[in-house]
Amino acid sequence: MTTEVGSETEVKKDSEQLGPDKAKDKPEEASETPGDQKSRETSSGEAQDSSVPAPTNQSSPSSQKKEKSSPESKGISRFLPPWLKKQKSYTLAEPKDEPKKKATGEEQVVEESESQALEGVAQPRKSLEEATENRQNAKAGDREKHSISSAEIQPSKEDGKETEVEEVAEKKEEKQEEKRETKEVQTAEIKIDNIPQKSPKKIKTVQCKVMLLDGTEYSCDLEKRARGQVLFDKVCEHLNLLEKDYFGLLFYENSEQKNWLDSSKEIKRQIRSLPWIFTFNVKFYPPDPSQLTEDITRYFLCLQLRQDIVSGRLPCSFVTHALLGSYTLQAELGDHDPEEHSSDYISEFQFAPNQTQEMEEKVAELHKTHRGLTPAQADSQFLENAKRLSMYGVDLHHAKDSEGVDIMLGVCANGLLIYKDRLRINRFAWPKILKISYKRSNFYIKVRPAELEQFESTIGFKLPNHRAAKRLWKVCVEHHTFFRLLSPEQPPKAKFLTLGSKFRYSGRTQAQTRQASNLIDRPAPYFERTSSKRVSRSLDGAPMGISDQSLVRDFSATGGQAAGDKIIDLEAAGRAKLKEGGREEDESPLKTPQLEFTQDGKISSLRVDGENIYVRHSNLMLEDLDKTQDDLLKHQASISELKRNFMESTPEPRPNEWEKRRITPLSLQTQGSSHETLDIVEEKKQAEFGIEETLVVDETNKGKMQVATDAGETCKVEHVSKKDSSSLPSDSSSSSSSSESEDEEVGEYHPHHRAIEEVIREEQEDEEDMKRKEHEENTQHVEAIPEGSKPVPVEHTQVTVEDLVHENTITVATEEKNLSEQIKQDVGEEKEEEQLKLNGDVSHVDIDVAPQLICCSEPPVVKTEMVTISDATQRTEISTKEIPIVQTETKTITYESSQLDGNAVGDTGVLVSAQTITSESISTTTTTHITKMVKGGVSETRIEKRIVITGDADIDHDEALAQAIKEAKEQHPDMSVTRVVVHKETELAEEDED
Amino acid sequence: MAGLGGGLAAFGRCTHAVVRALPESLCRQALRSVAGPEVDLARAEREHQLYVGVLRGKLGLQVLELPADESLPDCVFVEDVAVVCEETALLTRPGAPSRRKEVEAMKRVLESLNLNIVEMVDENATLDGGDVLFTGREFFVGLSKRTNQRGAEILADTFKDYAVSTVPVHDSLHLKSFCSMAGPNLIAIGSSEAAQKALKTMQQMSDHRYDKLTVPDDAAANCIYLNIPSKGHVLLHRAPEEYPESAKVFEKLKDHMLIPIANTELEKVDGSLTCCSVFINKASEL
Repeated sequence: MTTEVGSETEVKKDSEQLGPDKAKDKPEEASETPGDQKSRETSSGEAQDSSVPAPTNQSSPSSQKKEKSSPESKGISRFLPPWLKKQKSYTLAEPKDEPKKKATGEEQVVEESESQALEGVAQPRKSLEEATENRQNAKAGDREKHSISSAEIQPSKEDGKETEVEEVAEKKEEKQEEKRETKEVQTAEIKIDNIPQKSPKKIKTVQCKVMLLDGTEYSCDLEKRARGQVLFDKVCEHLNLLEKDYFGLLFYENSEQKNWLDSSKEIKRQIRSLPWIFTFNVKFYPPDPSQLTEDITRYFLCLQLRQDIVSGRLPCSFVTHALLGSYTLQAELGDHDPEEHSSDYISEFQFAPNQTQEMEEKVAELHKTHRGLTPAQADSQFLENAKRLSMYGVDLHHAKDSEGVDIMLGVCANGLLIYKDRLRINRFAWPKILKISYKRSNFYIKVRPAELEQFESTIGFKLPNHRAAKRLWKVCVEHHTFFRLLSPEQPPKAKFLTLGSKFRYSGRTQAQTRQASNLIDRPAPYFERTSSKRVSRSLDGAPMGISDQSLVRDFSATGGQAAGDKIIDLEAAGRAKLKEGGREEDESPLKTPQLEFTQDGKISSLRVDGENIYVRHSNLMLEDLDKTQDDLLKHQASISELKRNFMESTPEPRPNEWEKRRITPLSLQTQGSSHETLDIVEEKKQAEFGIEETLVVDETNKGKMQVATDAGETCKVEHVSKKDSSSLPSDSSSSSSSSESEDEEVGEYHPHHRAIEEVIREEQEDEEDMKRKEHEENTQHVEAIPEGSKPVPVEHTQVTVEDLVHENTITVATEEKNLSEQIKQDVGEEKEEEQLKLNGDVSHVDIDVAPQLICCSEPPVVKTEMVTISDATQRTEISTKEIPIVQTETKTITYESSQLDGNAVGDTGVLVSAQTITSESISTTTTTHITKMVKGGVSETRIEKRIVITGDADIDHDEALAQAIKEAKEQHPDMSVTRVVVHKETELAEEDED
Repeated sequence: MAGLGGGLAAFGRCTHAVVRALPESLCRQALRSVAGPEVDLARAEREHQLYVGVLRGKLGLQVLELPADESLPDCVFVEDVAVVCEETALLTRPGAPSRRKEVEAMKRVLESLNLNIVEMVDENATLDGGDVLFTGREFFVGLSKRTNQRGAEILADTFKDYAVSTVPVHDSLHLKSFCSMAGPNLIAIGSSEAAQKALKTMQQMSDHRYDKLTVPDDAAANCIYLNIPSKGHVLLHRAPEEYPESAKVFEKLKDHMLIPIANTELEKVDGSLTCCSVFINKASEL
């Protein structure tokens, strides 16, 4: 394997290499010939993420040193995620001053490492986590790590750094697609630069092995960058299998940790330095195998189950072992033949983990009773019995509950099962689960409130490590999608503040695959049933290749080094590419890095520091950087989308230890991290950073406050747009990068965002659930019980240091018509936050505005004026005191439909649900708060949208307002707009200039 | 072959029943959760004979009747000492130390039926059969004063094919003090808060959807469902004289052959209908 891998890598290198360093490459290429060991080593090391060892380094030692020595390159490289660095290297050809030079010098290395770079990213990512706290240090550390610690990836080290590693892996996976694209772009550029050299590209292939269910091995050559789907399709073709959606390919990190190969992503990036050895397995066990269309499919399922049984994964009683064994015999040997089947014919087969003479006798006895069954019938009988086993199709994961008790979590078609020892102690059917998430090594599910309970509860489990948590999470997401949805759900888009993994199941659902198999129109394919003898002996779930751990280790070790080297080289890389990458995909994380680069020219190093902060808090604006304002506006999420992505904005009423982390909406979580970052920043006294985080924080308060208010469903949508050319991009980039880091740690999934119709009705657990679901869609978060207090929307707008100036806040309140009185007049209160510029440090002031309370925490110099135009009785003037340097003018205009009675406050209804959704694009932040209340028998849904548009004078605020209102109407045609509050804050100086 | 119990169609099938005569010591020495009137032994015996008569005569089961043991006042309640599912029998370790010896006689008779016998030898484990509800698809084990987690684990190890879920039982002696199976996929459940709560727990834990038959009286929710080839669905339930309102509920079961049986005397010592028998389905006997 090693050799093979190496050759592949080399191939890639060649194709990718730009030119400048070709000379160096060429020698390597020459060595590429399969036989050459040197080439192997080098290539393998480079090619594989972690496994590129010394050779690469050697080739370009001087270059590395150079980079390190040169301050600029360092600075840039620091900020760049490792993979970005690689990209940079590609881009070097483009116009980059110093970095270029360096890059050119090192291009060879870089290029070589490019292929590796992706893989190498993993390591850098490791450091990313740490970076969150201290980015600079972390980045620097990354480098060091790369160069120094190729070994980290190795299993032995994993314990200590599991989290990091996991994160890395995840990142890789998620970003693979994007990266690819980026790369392509880059190559194009490269071509331009080095046309002559580039021309002929060879497609290099890697040989991979797949262990099949019958114990045989399938080998094929794959293009090195092939996605999982390619291999999977090949295998299925080889097996003549059409109903393939129930199956998947596994790769093992070690004998215990198996991972499903994501077919939508590049194989190489998933397996990293592992050998290209896979195991073909059943991934989704059909609850009713008789509904499978083809016998051949059932046959493979049988093979899988036989493995499961023999390995002990699927426990059976003695009788069942015997019965299933007898069907196996019938299927493979046919009718019992006393002459042919001597007394011991059975002992060649294995039916159970602990097979006894008695069992074999029983099997033989039962075998005789199956006379006349065809193999297919015997298989069917086998499955009919196996499917009733309680552990059929249950994927078990070790975990501990909140009290540290060892338990097992079992994922199956119906939901999540909790076992303690062998006893089932709880069960959460999919319809009961509102959200699945993980953070670090914790896995959380948020479940519907039980009857008579008002609040959802979040239950946390501790998994052995981060990777295990992510793996469990992914399995849950996949099972839920496959068994409960009619069609897979689109991965979340970056623009909606989603943190964490974007992973979604991308294959067909059971419903879809059933539909598809109905169309299968071919004569039943002939296939040979291989004897269980073979299977039983060797197989035990662990792939053969894996057994050779030393091999794996070597790979990883080498890869690690190589990666490190590459990273260093990459620093100078191109930025244009980054930009392009940004457009390509929704998978924001990859894009991020690119964005940053784009900005680099404008952004000072200080700025960079700011990035770290962003990284932490939000995924805001990952996308759309290239887009125009108009585009951005268009992008505003439909409410449904918002809901989907954001059921989490509101904090739980009383979070406990676990919940604190988990329950809090993404935004909140983000906040937490951002806070951390902020602290760090302060400590370091780093100067600039635009802070969007504040918004998030505020949101929390807002959510609560609004709920308290009274209305049923209130949606607040905030859009914060920053027009600062420099600041904007940087922000976005930083945010994206942050999302990356977050990816590793966090993943969330809401089983119920989907429209009700999408869920397969037949499979619903109970009617109650269904009924609730309708609510659920809108109501994912019960925030707080209305206390009758006045609603106080709080808005925080933060101004970036450089010049943010214009801010428009548009609040659109939409109400169902039947609720005439629900609108609060209090809503009008808006908070303004001024950003302070202090010695280059921008501090943001979070102001929570209670109805009449204004807190200004920062040194005041800003003049704020608030003009309120409305009939609302309760209008509080908020005057902010001084904030240095920035002078601001604030106007608040409220349009309210006359019919509304502002005194709804006192009128307390029963809060049914409340939800806050937040989405952000570059220039706008939209917060949607939906509250549902029952008041005097009338159900009232109130949606309040808060849109914050931030930007300079270029923005047509009127248009934006009109647009916002229009959208609100479109999104809720059956609702009426009851109130519009426009709050305008302008920096005086700026205005003057304008 | 009826693998895995043959699914729902085979639920309630049985060929044999094990019962045990009541000792005279029962009247005064039998364990009871609530002090109350003394058991009328003569009447208790009459009721028990009627019970056995129904199984043997009316339903045609082979009834194996163990002799009473005066040193074991609770020995009539055979259900607690053995859990039989398909061809495997788990001999329990009853939660009440005074009852542990009841197992011996049961062991002998089950061995005679050629069942796979599993004994609960772990001294930390306790399990009363009255806490074990087998639905045909899975087991629910009540965690009560008589049954602990370890006992449930051993049961789970014994019947590996089935999910075994635990249900807390607080206010009554056994899980089956307020529920039982009244048909395939049909759980009879009492109306008390504790019973309803337990039902909720079971519903939550199960992958299957059970129908429920709610009866006003918890004690009446303990009934015996059998699937007798020549009779179809058979349900032994408490007599209308005892629980008239609950009896009316049972009478709505159109597909069942209903057999009211009085159990007034044994009820005084926490006895219910299911307590007095262990049912076995010997496929080979067919």
